[in-house]
Amino acid sequence: MTAALSREATINCVIVALLAATVLFAVVADEPFTITLATRVAIFAIAGIGLNLALGHGGLVSLGHAAFFGIGGYAMGILASHAQTFEPLVLFGLTIEGTKSMPVIWLVAMVASALAALLIGALSLRTSGIYFIMITLAFAQMVYYFAISWPAYGGEDGLSIYVRNSFPGLNTLDPIQFFGLCAVILAVVIWLADRLVRSPFGFALEAARQNPNRVMASGLSPYQIRLIVFVISGAITGLAGALYADLNRFVSPNMFSWQLSGEFIIFIILGGTARLFGPLAGAALFVTLEHFLGGLTEFWQFWLGLMLLAIILFARGGLIGLLAGERRHG
Amino acid sequence: MTLPLLLEQVLNGLQFGIMLFLMAAGLTLVFGVMGLINLAHGSLYMVGAFACAAVAAATGSFWLGLAASVVVAAFAGVLIETLVMRHLYRRDHLDQVLATFALILVFSEGTRWLFGSFPLYLNIPAALSSSITLPFGIVYPAYRMAIIVIGLVVAVGIFLLIHKTRLGIQVRAGESDREMIGALGIDIAKLYTILFAIGAALAGLAGALVGALQSVQVGMGEPVLILAFVVIVIGGIGSIKGALVGALIVGLTDTLGRTLLPVFFGTFMENASAMSVGASLSSMLIYMVMAIILIVRPNGLFGTAH
Repeated sequence: MTAALSREATINCVIVALLAATVLFAVVADEPFTITLATRVAIFAIAGIGLNLALGHGGLVSLGHAAFFGIGGYAMGILASHAQTFEPLVLFGLTIEGTKSMPVIWLVAMVASALAALLIGALSLRTSGIYFIMITLAFAQMVYYFAISWPAYGGEDGLSIYVRNSFPGLNTLDPIQFFGLCAVILAVVIWLADRLVRSPFGFALEAARQNPNRVMASGLSPYQIRLIVFVISGAITGLAGALYADLNRFVSPNMFSWQLSGEFIIFIILGGTARLFGPLAGAALFVTLEHFLGGLTEFWQFWLGLMLLAIILFARGGLIGLLAGERRHG
Repeated sequence: MTLPLLLEQVLNGLQFGIMLFLMAAGLTLVFGVMGLINLAHGSLYMVGAFACAAVAAATGSFWLGLAASVVVAAFAGVLIETLVMRHLYRRDHLDQVLATFALILVFSEGTRWLFGSFPLYLNIPAALSSSITLPFGIVYPAYRMAIIVIGLVVAVGIFLLIHKTRLGIQVRAGESDREMIGALGIDIAKLYTILFAIGAALAGLAGALVGALQSVQVGMGEPVLILAFVVIVIGGIGSIKGALVGALIVGLTDTLGRTLLPVFFGTFMENASAMSVGASLSSMLIYMVMAIILIVRPNGLFGTAH
């Protein structure tokens, strides 16, 4: 293990310790709002890690990941609203009961967003570079407008779920228990992402980003590799969407908004592209800035914009890059 | 649906398409020549609209406001290009996306800071506030007709600029070989700044013209920006002709889809559900068109592989 790597590992530990300390402090001081902020960080980090697989490791700059986030959110909203009203959902002649059970909702959210990613990815990956950026953005916008104009589940006003969904053995309405649940999922997702990147598939993905021609010469299909990672990435982001909807007990077309897609990318860049803990560091920094700058000035995004510009122009490795030095390749 | 009503919708689609062309032309030139993706192009649209509304309110003249929109947007473009974009030409698209996303935040919040959160209203100039009567008994607002005419004039102007002037030759040369025209002694930095300013001025003009039809508010630029992306994806990046054709396809598809689809579904469905299915589907229609064109021609209608 190289020196830079172990330094990155130290920083990763510090990030996790900071998050844990914040939550611990919030429990002791009885500040549920701080726990809610920490839960937001964990959920955004999951979404960011999902996107980072495609964007950081696959080199696929998707500006439309809010589509999967929103589909995950609506999967939760639709299932829970049918459970709430005790009216089964009739789909192509099939009768589906609504549910308030989180594991079932997560599964549906992941399958639905994976299918959407398969469809959007299969079309978008025919192109690359700037076309890919614009097309993913356009498809996300398509879903956004569909959600606005589709009246069955609240249309533009969104959909409220009155009681948070349930997880066996937990009281999910207790902020700290729901945070714990999200933190465990975050840990699992980080572990899976790490395994994926180090697997033969991860190497093939890295190779497809660096030199697609050589990958093709080795008998692999870059298109197929990219499509697979895009689907995995979409499914993880969809899971984050279902959790986010449960955190707010509300879904609306805003979950599909292109600003959110931009913010996911910001998490990754703030933290450091293709770093395992980058999205977590970035999401934590973003939520903290939003909270404190937002308390100081109504126009906090103005300063956020200037700060982002400074980071892009002068500090290209993001937070972890700044602290841990250049990422080692290969 | 009667024929005059249908033709009126065709004109509306044409007007919408022309507006999109003004936005897409700048985007496609900037990408074609500089290889730069600019999300902040929508902010320049907004800047133009605000400049027009502010100057028109202060002087009472819409035309002064229109002139101001072009000048202010071009100036903002020069500022953006020299301070930020210039450092990003050699970077990958991700950095460009992020930097221009950050610029959107700065412009949007800065404008909110200066003008407040309430929309401004821009009145249509008195000379164009009436309607004109066209053949087939179509009564059409003079201002919308003027937008179509202005847009077409600008489109012809851009074609002449690209194909008949020295600047146009340099732009086309820059598109095919950036290093070569630098080696031939052309000041690329200046060329880029001029090109960026022209794109910005067109976006500002579009914003001011549309601002009089809708309200002038923060965030007005981004929906148009995304449609302009769809336009250049359909038309092929870097192609002005593609931008024009793509803009007209998108403008007409969207406008006619919104009118015709509910009527179409109404022929075999009950009224309420026909309206909702028609509305949902028509909001997705242009993206479906884009997807189909992409399947057939991944580089757009007039694009070449980059």
